[in-house]
Amino acid sequence: MTGRVRIQEADFDVGTELAALQGARTDVGAMASFVGCVRGNTPAEAVSALALEHYPGMTERAIEAMLVEAEARFGVLAALVIHRVGRLLPGDRIVLVAVAASHRRDAFQACEFLMDYLKTHAPFWKKETTPQGERWVDARVADDAALARWGLASGNAAPGGADDGR
Amino acid sequence: MRLALKYFASLREALGPGEALDWTPDGEPSAAALRAWLRTRSDAHALALAPGRAVRVAIDQVLADESAPLRDGAEVAFFPPVTGG
Repeated sequence: MTGRVRIQEADFDVGTELAALQGARTDVGAMASFVGCVRGNTPAEAVSALALEHYPGMTERAIEAMLVEAEARFGVLAALVIHRVGRLLPGDRIVLVAVAASHRRDAFQACEFLMDYLKTHAPFWKKETTPQGERWVDARVADDAALARWGLASGNAAPGGADDGR
Repeated sequence: MRLALKYFASLREALGPGEALDWTPDGEPSAAALRAWLRTRSDAHALALAPGRAVRVAIDQVLADESAPLRDGAEVAFFPPVTGG
């Protein structure tokens, strides 16, 4: 399977991507997808734009490794991750994770697993534009906890050095 | 040893995108030792890479512990906690 990890500035069409993921195969009984969008507000302030930076090369490699891990854990027939970078506005789509499986449980679980993994281990960074100026988004401990449910430790949001919390 | 040093996000803003670096480690070459050495380069480095700051490291494009050894020719990236998705 080629092209199942795509990092791009352009938007994507969810229907087109799901149709392509299923293709002509008849063993797919379930497809689950997640779409992340830019929120126009946080509890504290309005967000007028989001700039997304990534680490070219590592990003694709890290997500490919996540897909391999998802295939090892769940009955995945096909999967796709699209993540946008560059300048995005409130309401814009950021990320698509789509999984095709024989049954819904594998599709749902693999999709959620991939998102939890991506949030804590894929090298993307968000910078918000607010009325107070620009600021880098802080990592959330809750995202590490979400990955821990799958038996994987993550210290992404831990304070201090890179080996903290591992 | 020769390293390809990279910074991303807030570290890139503070220190630039990185560079090809010739580094003579004082002891075992690890990401932690490199980070400590980089702190001596300028006040901006000392602040951005301060011990209490949350800084993650990737070696050859794979997330790594700071204690991981570095080989000659490695690509070493420092960046803040990731926030994609």
